[in-house]
Amino acid sequence: MEIGKQWEAGQQRKWDGDDVLLNDEVKMLKQVPLFAGVSPAKLKLLAFTSERVSYRAGEALFHQGDTGDAAFVLLAGRADVIVDGPTGPIKVAELDENAIVGEIAILCDVARTATIKATTAVEALRISKENFFKLMSDFPEMTIEVVRVLADRLGQTTLELSEARSRVAELSKR
Amino acid sequence: MLDPNISRYIWTHTKRQQLWVLAVVAASMIPYFLSLNLPKQIVNGPIQGDGFADPTATQTFMQIAFDLPYFGNVTLFNGVELDRLNMLFALSGVFLLLVIVNGLFKYYINTYKGRLGERLLRRIRFTLVDHILRFPPATFKRLKGAEISSMVKDEVEPLGGFTGDAFVAPALLGGQAIMALAFIFVQSIPLGLITAALVAVQALVIPRMRRRLLVLGRERQLTARELAGRVSEIVDGINTIHSYDTSNFERADISSRLGRIYKIRFDIYQWKFMVKFINNFLASVTPFLFYSVGGYLALQGRLDIGQLVAVIGAYKDLPGPLKELIDWDQNRQDVQIKYSQVITQFAVDGLIEPEIQAVSAERADGKFEGPLAAINLGVMDDTGSVGLDRVNFSLTPGETVAIIGNAGSGADIMAEVLARIVWPTQGQIVIGDADLHSLPESLSGRTITYAGTDAYFFFGTVRDNLLYGLKHAPITDLVFEGADLTQRQWEKREAAWAGNPEFDINSSWIDFEHHGAADLAALMPSVYAALDAVSLTRDMFDFALRSNVNLAEHVELKAKTVEMRRVLRDALTQADLNGLIEPFEPGTYNVEATVIENLLFGNARTPELMAGAIISNPYFRTLLEKRGLADTLFAVGTEVARNAIELFSDLPPDHPFFQQLTFMKPDDIPLYSMILNKLDKSAANVSESDRAMMIRLSFDYIEPRHRFGLLSPELMTQIVDFRTAFHEGLPANLKDAIELYDPEQYMVSGTLLDNMLFGRISQKYRDAVERIYTVAGGVLRELGIYDTLLSIGLDFHVGAGGKRLTSVQRQKLALARALIRRSDFYLFNRPLSALDTRTQEKVLIASLKYLHKDGRKPAVAWVISNPKFALFFDRVAIFERGRVVEDGSHTELSQKNGIFKELMSA
Repeated sequence: MEIGKQWEAGQQRKWDGDDVLLNDEVKMLKQVPLFAGVSPAKLKLLAFTSERVSYRAGEALFHQGDTGDAAFVLLAGRADVIVDGPTGPIKVAELDENAIVGEIAILCDVARTATIKATTAVEALRISKENFFKLMSDFPEMTIEVVRVLADRLGQTTLELSEARSRVAELSKR
Repeated sequence: MLDPNISRYIWTHTKRQQLWVLAVVAASMIPYFLSLNLPKQIVNGPIQGDGFADPTATQTFMQIAFDLPYFGNVTLFNGVELDRLNMLFALSGVFLLLVIVNGLFKYYINTYKGRLGERLLRRIRFTLVDHILRFPPATFKRLKGAEISSMVKDEVEPLGGFTGDAFVAPALLGGQAIMALAFIFVQSIPLGLITAALVAVQALVIPRMRRRLLVLGRERQLTARELAGRVSEIVDGINTIHSYDTSNFERADISSRLGRIYKIRFDIYQWKFMVKFINNFLASVTPFLFYSVGGYLALQGRLDIGQLVAVIGAYKDLPGPLKELIDWDQNRQDVQIKYSQVITQFAVDGLIEPEIQAVSAERADGKFEGPLAAINLGVMDDTGSVGLDRVNFSLTPGETVAIIGNAGSGADIMAEVLARIVWPTQGQIVIGDADLHSLPESLSGRTITYAGTDAYFFFGTVRDNLLYGLKHAPITDLVFEGADLTQRQWEKREAAWAGNPEFDINSSWIDFEHHGAADLAALMPSVYAALDAVSLTRDMFDFALRSNVNLAEHVELKAKTVEMRRVLRDALTQADLNGLIEPFEPGTYNVEATVIENLLFGNARTPELMAGAIISNPYFRTLLEKRGLADTLFAVGTEVARNAIELFSDLPPDHPFFQQLTFMKPDDIPLYSMILNKLDKSAANVSESDRAMMIRLSFDYIEPRHRFGLLSPELMTQIVDFRTAFHEGLPANLKDAIELYDPEQYMVSGTLLDNMLFGRISQKYRDAVERIYTVAGGVLRELGIYDTLLSIGLDFHVGAGGKRLTSVQRQKLALARALIRRSDFYLFNRPLSALDTRTQEKVLIASLKYLHKDGRKPAVAWVISNPKFALFFDRVAIFERGRVVEDGSHTELSQKNGIFKELMSA
């Protein structure tokens, strides 16, 4: 089959550039805890329906106060989480490869609670709100996973809060 | 107010013309009667030879002589002596003349009556619309726009037709009927009495029977009006109908309404023809009585036969006018009912006095020294719920006040009352020392500028709507010459005849000098600044960029756009944004464009080369096969199909993810999987049409977007080679079917954006469009086409009620429309509620700055939707349950432990 051969020849080539294909994205998504339990076929669909976006160092993925319309999965690069404080912007956390960010705003329909700024060149997958919800309703196992991750995070935050409180209490005793 | 009686209304406005037309009608009777007598003269005289017994005998023609009391016989013209043949021709000539004269009279009278009617119709319609403009605001809560407009347009229409006949017809027909009746009386008193009795019966019974018809007619009018109202409700509420699946409920409603209208109409027909039958019967009973009673009298010898024949002959002329007279009366009542129906709708209490809306070119700035203040103000709506409860609030010149309050707090109503949109039920609003409601709108409407949450936009362009708030009075009249002057004079005269104002819509209605500009062009920079302040400039650019520009109107754009391609690319390189646009280059594959775009490298201008049909184009197809691309693209297509099926086959066809699948419809999936199955068994199974389908599928593929990994460098080179060959060998019949991507030429078939970018925006960078825009703004200024583009953007048509704009764009445009007005007081009533908080803040700050530019210091009251914005104002007033609960500066209120502090910490 001549067509087939010609085709394979094309397929086997790995051409240069940072073109990452759907299948590679699926592998990367698999690394994100939120999606670890989701089947590859569904992740491929998620990747396909999402936008591949690039940012340079210093560019913002979104700003605090914006309406939340999408979540981002960092495929490559690092970013800072920055919150507007009374005295100016405060960096509250750092994001690494395979982190998901912005999912709170789309789940709770609130404005962005922080600004995300790329510190290196960032490759990200932008999952729109509608698609995220649709996936959750179509694939309950994903919802369970999301709930698990959120609960984890809440536990972590509660822990940190009580630690902070006890520290405040100690400080005020002095 | 309109006179409730239609006849009196017509008489009041047209009495002089009515008298004139009556006189003309009377004058027209003379040639008419002469022409009736003439045939007898012709037949008896020249034809039958009466008085021409002798071949040489002559008769006097045209002798004008009559007897006058006291003067005796007066002879004006002795006449000419004519023989028999000449007399025949002379009399026939007179007959022809009289026919023409009668015709001319008829022509004149009909035209005159028609014109009379149209003028009155114009007057009524204008009066009605004038009333709408003067209705008190609360009236509009219970009005349906479509019903009112159907009244203005359709329901008063018959009045025009009736006007001409209102007085002429009864005079004429009544005269004819009385004449005929009198003639019968002269011939025979008994027969005259019989006739008079029957006529009386007809005149009494028939109108009585027709009364029911009038009732039905009124019902018909109401149901038809309601139907118009419902249809427009369907149009306005179409989204609600769709989303709640109530379309069939609406169908049922319309069907039942149409059924009712049909029933009414059918009843009308039944009655109408019944009445007609009785009328005809009564009319024919009379001759029956003539024959029987008259014949009996004749046989008895009490009536001579000649008289009987004469009576019957005279009667022939009676039923016609009588019937028409009854019809006329019917028509009159019908029109009267329609008219009363309409004017009761327009008889609204508390109509705004005409003086309040009198046109005035006088400027209003600085007319009022003092504050805009509400004193002991109460507002209650028609249900009795209290909106404002004895509030005192004042807006001092020059200060900015933030009004805070949630829905139902009275904050919104305060702004509306101050803007004169809602009328207070208690208390007073004063501006300076004048009562706001006694001021003419020319003062209050210019001193005060209001923008609320829901703004209305009129059908027209963005520019029309933006400048709408400046058009108060005709400032400079156009200068007319020659034929235009005649036309304008005619327009003015007619307007005066119909009681319409004679303002010229084409005059300049904007007081440019007031805005510190000589003309529209000089005003525009300040308008553009307002667009900037509300962050709408970007949208205007988008409108311009997405339009196919009329190059004839903007000649300079052609060259500048081509130049822009290079300049923009340089600017992007400088800003280190090089990868944002993937330019079209004749010798390179553009990865951000589809395969077919790369193959054709041009815009198809005829359907035969458009994406759907091109595969069947023989030239294209043959070349594709010849270059071996058909097989490769077939392979790409199958791979696209395989991927798509793998991704989507599990999803239901209505799943939103299918929107991402741009190249395939959900219904096509089974078809493609069937072809793939066939192909997997043996390549020979695949038919020619399957092959075409697969190739077709490959056309829409974009590697960075779909990421299936199907484009090898070899394939790209092959495609570029194809492109060259395709263009070189293009047959003559396809030369005009495609417009090539030429870096040095403007593409007429593309939008302005296509032409400026001359490439595809990279999928890779989020907000790429934003960033290009940021850079492009500077480039456009550099090239001097920034304003041209904005101006093209302003030509965007906003659609009915501004529906082609998004809710955010509408609010921004409404705010800009308010900002460009020059007023002493600005009232903003949550004008930005559709915007996100960050943009709201930005626009709010920029708007305040815009109002305070050039050293102006107007007062601003702004109902804000986020308490945080209070920081930007001199003073803060907090409303709750229709009262002011806190009022003071930001610092004062922050220090107090009150509601404001609570709100701020929330």
